[in-house]
Amino acid sequence: MSVNALYDYKFEPRDKVENFHGMQLLYVYWPHHLMYCSPFAMLVQPDMTFGAFVDEVLKPATADHPDAPQADFLAAEWQLNGEPFTPDASATLKDCGIDHKSMLTVTTKGLDGIAGSAS
Amino acid sequence: MVVKNKKLNLKDKYQYLTRDMAWEPTYQKKKDIFPDEDFEGIKITDWSQWEDPFRLTMDAYWKYQAEKEKKLYAIFDAFAQNNGHQNISDARYVNALKLFLSGVSPLEHAAFQGYAKVGRQFSGAGARVACQMQAIDELRHSQTQQHAMSHYNKHFNGLHDAAHMHDRVWFLSVPKSFFDDARSAGPFEFLTAISFSFEYVLTNLLFVPFMSGAAYNGDMATVTFGFSAQSDEARHMTLGLEVIKFILEQHEDNVPIVQRWIDKWFWRGFRLLSLVGMMMDYMLPNKVMSWAEAWEVYYEQNGGALFKDLERYGIRPPKYQDIANDAKHHVSHQAWSTFYQYSQATNFHTWMPEKEEMDWLSEKYPDTFDKYYRPRFEHWAKEHAEGRRFYNNTLPQLCQVCQIPTIFTEKEDPTALSHRQIVHEGERYHFCSDGCCDIFKHEPEKYVQAWLPVHQIYQGNCEGGDVETVVSKYYHINIGEDNFEYIGSPDHKRWLSIKGKSSDTKADSAKQDAA
Repeated sequence: MSVNALYDYKFEPRDKVENFHGMQLLYVYWPHHLMYCSPFAMLVQPDMTFGAFVDEVLKPATADHPDAPQADFLAAEWQLNGEPFTPDASATLKDCGIDHKSMLTVTTKGLDGIAGSAS
Repeated sequence: MVVKNKKLNLKDKYQYLTRDMAWEPTYQKKKDIFPDEDFEGIKITDWSQWEDPFRLTMDAYWKYQAEKEKKLYAIFDAFAQNNGHQNISDARYVNALKLFLSGVSPLEHAAFQGYAKVGRQFSGAGARVACQMQAIDELRHSQTQQHAMSHYNKHFNGLHDAAHMHDRVWFLSVPKSFFDDARSAGPFEFLTAISFSFEYVLTNLLFVPFMSGAAYNGDMATVTFGFSAQSDEARHMTLGLEVIKFILEQHEDNVPIVQRWIDKWFWRGFRLLSLVGMMMDYMLPNKVMSWAEAWEVYYEQNGGALFKDLERYGIRPPKYQDIANDAKHHVSHQAWSTFYQYSQATNFHTWMPEKEEMDWLSEKYPDTFDKYYRPRFEHWAKEHAEGRRFYNNTLPQLCQVCQIPTIFTEKEDPTALSHRQIVHEGERYHFCSDGCCDIFKHEPEKYVQAWLPVHQIYQGNCEGGDVETVVSKYYHINIGEDNFEYIGSPDHKRWLSIKGKSSDTKADSAKQDAA
């Protein structure tokens, strides 16, 4: 469907990748850890390696959670935009197929949040 | 010449001052005078069928409103002279006013603009006059709310720049974009959105919590504003119902269009009210009722009766109503969690509920609070007590439509987020729910251009790349005064000194932590 308007109603999407000065957006959802209220929105370099992303971006973001010390993210179960995904720590995000505004879901089996409450 | 009957009777007066203000144009086409009336597809066959909800004329309107203003401002004066702010239940309450002043009062102003605009667009004089009067009401509400709360600005932080913050602060894009969506729609959608879905169906869930909250917490200035607005609100609600019945009675082709608007604006209103839910359950030191109870009374019961009544027009209850009804057990906790962890970027303080308040929440939310939320809150309280007050230092993903972080969970599984994603013309978009995703899919052009605060920060459009600069320079939030934890804040200390108590060590360590 499209907007019912008085004139030709067409606008550029405001969040195209070229507006992010060489960077791109990446969302990360860690299920059963709702202490972080929503998926994270992260600004990342497309040519950083997946391993660097986990160490330099994801780990600091999740460090305050009591489950963080036990979370082995690289060995966890991943999804990219809802599809099963096997990360390669040495490949760049771009080469992993992670494009602008993609969402990663990382499930750490056996870790179910604060007192098992999915928090 | 002597005129015998100088005074018109009420009926004549009404006729002259409303319907008689219209005429059939002779040298201009009606379509050129009212160019916005048709494009939405709504068919009006006979504007004279419009029943004015209140046979109120302008002169009577001015007289009533002037009387009310006189009383209202007398009470504001007395409140200020008697240092009324010292008699509230607790200074945590003032944070509800900060939310109201930056989140709701600017909407009253947006409503004024919206009604002034659509009041020009209808060819029916009755509808034009009703919209014109509501426009003036809304302007009055925006002003009197600011006057009611201005006294608090002298004694507490965070109230100093509400209009500026409304345009910029991340979470205030939620109410702002709601009204921008309505005001950029056609005149009939605007009335369905604001007069019907918001004013008629949901307004009790906004006004009752805030105004009863004020009464329960000793805030006489805001309560008095509430009384002064009450008769206006009653008129607005009546207009909301009249609008919907009038449109539906005019032509059967209008039914599916109106149904879609009801679906959309119920969902948008329900999402917006998450902010009120958390205010009610968490920000009022003296509780009125729980958000779940308010939703049951004002939506499930009253709304249920309304939609039963509208059945004869072929209208069904809003889509995803079942999701909304179930969410009454969750949304206030989810919203408060969000504000608690991003309090470094809010114009009000947050805190963890005290023990008695946690017990109240357990009692009011027997199926959800202890299971899903208490462990999180007790963990945060413990962290805070040990000098590690929790803040989330990574920005959240926002819903492309309601602009709330994607914090809401599945009806069938409250441990999983109800996140949705689609690709539209090569771009990825993310949503908090099917409700918001459906709204996008119907009018993608409207939402691809959404000004999402998180993405704007990352694009470098908010005067800085780090949260601290954005918060202080772009938002005008005074760091260490307006934001962060309540315990140990300047507001908290001021309150303790008003009450003749000194701040304790917990407060001092919390302040250090925040700094």
